Amino acid sequence: MEILQLLLSGLANGCVYGLIALGFVLIYKATEAVNFAQGDFMMLGAFVMIGLVNPHFMGINFWLAVPLALLIMGALGYLFDIALIRQLFGQNQIAIVILTIALGFVVRFVAGVIWGHEPLNLHSPLALGDVRFAGVVLSLADIAVIAVTVILTLMLWQFFQRTKLGLAMQAASQNQMAAYYMGIPVKRVQGAVWALAAVVACVAGILYASKGAVDVSAGFIGIKAFAAAVIGGFGSLPGALMGGLIVGVIEPFASRYLPAGYSQVAPYALLILVLVFRPHGLFAQVRTKKV
Amino acid sequence: MRFHFKTSYDHDIRLFPDWWNFAAYAALLVVLLALPFVLDSFFLGEVTNVLIWAVAGLGLMLLTGQTGQISLGHSAFMALGCYTCVIMMQSGVPFLLAFVLAGIITGLVGALIAIPALRLHGVYLAIATLALAIIADDIIVMLRRWTGGVNGMFAPDITLFGVEINRWVNPEYWYYMTLAIVLVVTLIYRNLLRSPLGRAFAAVRDSEVSAQAMGIDVARTKTIAFGLSCAITGLGGALMGLFAGSFNNETFNFLIAIQLLMMIVVGGLGFIHGAFLGAIVIAFLPQGLSLVTDVLGRGFYVPGLEIGVFGMILILFIIFEPMGLYGRWLKTRIWFELFPFARRDMFRRQKSYLKTERVR
Repeated sequence: MEILQLLLSGLANGCVYGLIALGFVLIYKATEAVNFAQGDFMMLGAFVMIGLVNPHFMGINFWLAVPLALLIMGALGYLFDIALIRQLFGQNQIAIVILTIALGFVVRFVAGVIWGHEPLNLHSPLALGDVRFAGVVLSLADIAVIAVTVILTLMLWQFFQRTKLGLAMQAASQNQMAAYYMGIPVKRVQGAVWALAAVVACVAGILYASKGAVDVSAGFIGIKAFAAAVIGGFGSLPGALMGGLIVGVIEPFASRYLPAGYSQVAPYALLILVLVFRPHGLFAQVRTKKV
Repeated sequence: MRFHFKTSYDHDIRLFPDWWNFAAYAALLVVLLALPFVLDSFFLGEVTNVLIWAVAGLGLMLLTGQTGQISLGHSAFMALGCYTCVIMMQSGVPFLLAFVLAGIITGLVGALIAIPALRLHGVYLAIATLALAIIADDIIVMLRRWTGGVNGMFAPDITLFGVEINRWVNPEYWYYMTLAIVLVVTLIYRNLLRSPLGRAFAAVRDSEVSAQAMGIDVARTKTIAFGLSCAITGLGGALMGLFAGSFNNETFNFLIAIQLLMMIVVGGLGFIHGAFLGAIVIAFLPQGLSLVTDVLGRGFYVPGLEIGVFGMILILFIIFEPMGLYGRWLKTRIWFELFPFARRDMFRRQKSYLKTERVR
């Protein structure tokens, strides 16, 4: 029973990692860039939601605030792309890596100025109840996290496989020049994917804030999400979710069965092992070009 | 404007292209040597701090600026250099030997780590090294028998040629020692760039495929670059720990590695001067900011201000001046040298269209 409990709570945590990892993968799939600020976007999304919902701030109804927060974050994501990322169009990836790291610093700073450095709780209807069955206790938030993540991943996966915009995003990353020739507005497509990634980060933020208090440095769990994305293979959406779940499940088991001090290393150790032995992840997308 | 009329191949790789250039650096050295007589001990400490950051920055510059590999994990090697140096000193090894050995050990470990890491490139390498930096923190705690874990360690006093060097008692000795180390490291670095190995680094940075076509063993070159880079950064870390006096697992956390990378970007990637200019920015930014907030009143101070301002500076640099401070200086100088003939397009950045890494 204890194992089941650990497994379920690990899955719920893993889903949050998976959601942030989804954001990495979205941007990577469409622009070949990695957004090191994705964790901080998640934190910002959580704080935007807190700012809208909590009676201390604006006090809007939770269900009304959700689409509003998603909209705000989407707009912010698009704005980041126009204002910053697009300026680096045609530069190498290292520039974008450094830019997004710096962006993360700035986002953390601005959030600290607006909402302060104390941990805040989201007044979420999800944070109320517990569900018990078969001797396992799960909070409502955990169930919501798992459900939302699975649905969102499936939707995004289908979006990339089926819709015109999704295919355009893939094409834009695989060969920018050829995508231009095919009439894809590459820059606007990239803007769209940054907006989408920010929306996903906002969903992750809302769910994370429903599970517990958030503070400004919450964005650092983005590093665990990195582990998740890499373990799953950076180019694969279901892979990102699987990676998130693997990291999420490893954590509680490691802290239960490994001596103290060794447990927090487990996800990173796994990350390094995966990078060494299967550099492109467990669900690799690398194909060798046929000549 | 000065013209270099080259009459032999050696002119291309001279340390100083002409007497004027040599005189400029000699003057700089004289100024640096005279500093302790001008500055009080607080500012001397700050300058020492700048020099220490510059050593660590030179290490990362060798990897990122010269060889084109990105690393977010150099804090781990700073920690390794620091702990090995101090542990050796505590078991009775003389400082100079311990210091050099710490560099060598860090370099060897770095080269060992580089071998699997070489299979990665670009973003994957950045993530792997970031993971390394985070793990290093925990490893230090795990090895608490030797490292003191969370309680940390106290750096012993340095004895060099029979003189006790203590930061609080005789800061000018500390400064001269650091300056000497910086000079040696910079000379090694500069000479490295003139050697075939340094050319190989640049070739690997600019294009791995063409480097390979020129007969360069890319894997070997990258391993050596990683090892040398770690060795120099380890020396910087050792100095930093000794200078701080006490350190624990959190002194060298992964934010230091990110800060180091940011520093060399602001200074100018690929230039020795860049490491120094970046170090000046890093070391004096907190002081400058506290000065500004003092003038404006304490109400303007918010926690995390430094890192936020730093992020903004970095964003501005990446977008408007990707060559960093030193690049800006080069552009200004050339503008004056060519005066009315300088054109904006002279420094146009080449753009490339992106192709996926996933299909090769």
